[in-house]
Amino acid sequence: MKKKKKIKQPLTIEQRIRRREFLSFGVFGALGIAGYSGWKWLYKAPQEKPGITAGAKLPLRRALNKTELFFRRLAFNESHLAKTYPVAMAAKNVRHNSDIGAEGNIEETSWRLQVLKKDGTKLSVSLNEIKALPKTELVFDFKCVEGWDQIQYWGGLRFMDFVKHFGLQDEAQLDYVGLMTPDKGYYVGIDMPSAIHPQTILAYEMNGKPLPPNHGKPLRWIIPVKYGIKNLKRIGSITFSNQRPPDYWAEQGYDYYSGL
Amino acid sequence: MRWTHWVNFPLLAIMIWSGMLIYWANDVYTVTIFGHTFVRFFPQWFYNTLHIPQRLAEGMAFHFLFMWFFTLNGIFYVLYTLISGEWRELWLKRRSFKEAWQVVLHDLHIRKTAPPQNKYNAAQRVAYSAIILMGIGSVLTGLAIYKPVQFNWLAWLLGGYHLARIWHFVLTIGYVLFFLIHIIQVILAGWNNFRSVVSGFEVYEKKEKN
Repeated sequence: MKKKKKIKQPLTIEQRIRRREFLSFGVFGALGIAGYSGWKWLYKAPQEKPGITAGAKLPLRRALNKTELFFRRLAFNESHLAKTYPVAMAAKNVRHNSDIGAEGNIEETSWRLQVLKKDGTKLSVSLNEIKALPKTELVFDFKCVEGWDQIQYWGGLRFMDFVKHFGLQDEAQLDYVGLMTPDKGYYVGIDMPSAIHPQTILAYEMNGKPLPPNHGKPLRWIIPVKYGIKNLKRIGSITFSNQRPPDYWAEQGYDYYSGL
Repeated sequence: MRWTHWVNFPLLAIMIWSGMLIYWANDVYTVTIFGHTFVRFFPQWFYNTLHIPQRLAEGMAFHFLFMWFFTLNGIFYVLYTLISGEWRELWLKRRSFKEAWQVVLHDLHIRKTAPPQNKYNAAQRVAYSAIILMGIGSVLTGLAIYKPVQFNWLAWLLGGYHLARIWHFVLTIGYVLFFLIHIIQVILAGWNNFRSVVSGFEVYEKKEKN
């Protein structure tokens, strides 16, 4: 009986080329498909459950939060100031984007700023009380999330000084400040380090004159370490909390932090 | 190196797409010389057919996620070429610019001879070095407009927020131009060359002597 022997012939060059080619194109194709399905998964990922934030895909919202936290820890420092400019460089015609929550006009005399304190009591502050305190002026590059920026000139009371004067130091130990228009139509949440940043002001002047109705008369929030969406017009109430206060644009898919 | 190349392709595509979603929220950039607007990047019909303006938040979310992958991929590529020594084939040499011009003339059939080369010719050295610098530039300008207050020194270095944003766009246009030329060159270089970029080896046919 003859034993059948399988003799392995050494592969020819041609075969080896073909084999390697097959292998590498196979891997290439497989990874391509994997990458594409990963992308498709992300693109069709379910929306987050509506809460304080809403309107973004769940994985993207997680990534946004993580990324913002990373940059906050890496770089945020209250001594980092937004660049300021000479008054002459400020725009005479200040850009106006939206009036949500601050439509129409409001009389200064009928307006009060409501501050909800930790113990449940309310402060009711008039504009004159705020104007009586030292004024801070600020000329900085206002940046909109849409991409435009404009050098603008604002004047008002530093929020830091406001906190000190009205004895809100305990409140300032909490994590967030919530701001709302009188009609509750627009609202923002601000992390405390950004709120007590030395350039954050309760503004009552624009270009040296009282605020016009479409720019937040009589008092608005100017916060250079945030995009324009966080610069609420016509403040009605201020609250303090350890939970994130509701935020108008964070409910529409934008980042909650929106810091610069 | 091949891996980072192929990973970069979809990443850059996603970055440009999501970047466009952001830009379309406020499309102000035009090329205007002496008051005459030559280029308005996207005309109105473009928006009407694609229903674009509502997607700014989505664009930002994608952009700020994929920036990580883009940056890491770039770092990985640079480290790899440095450690493997392959940078010697890629990076500029003293004569590269002069020779690159000769290569261009040669490729356009204006000049008959091309200067001697190794793996990559001088024009490729210039292009592949430039694209790395552009990548670094995109990350830096991006960072400057992402956190212009926290990284205000960076924004200042780049000429301020406004200018940094324009640099960021110019670089993007640069990628598109690079891509177009790149694709044309790949087609001209032929199948064997393309295969080598996928598989990592090239096939040379030996001419038999009779």
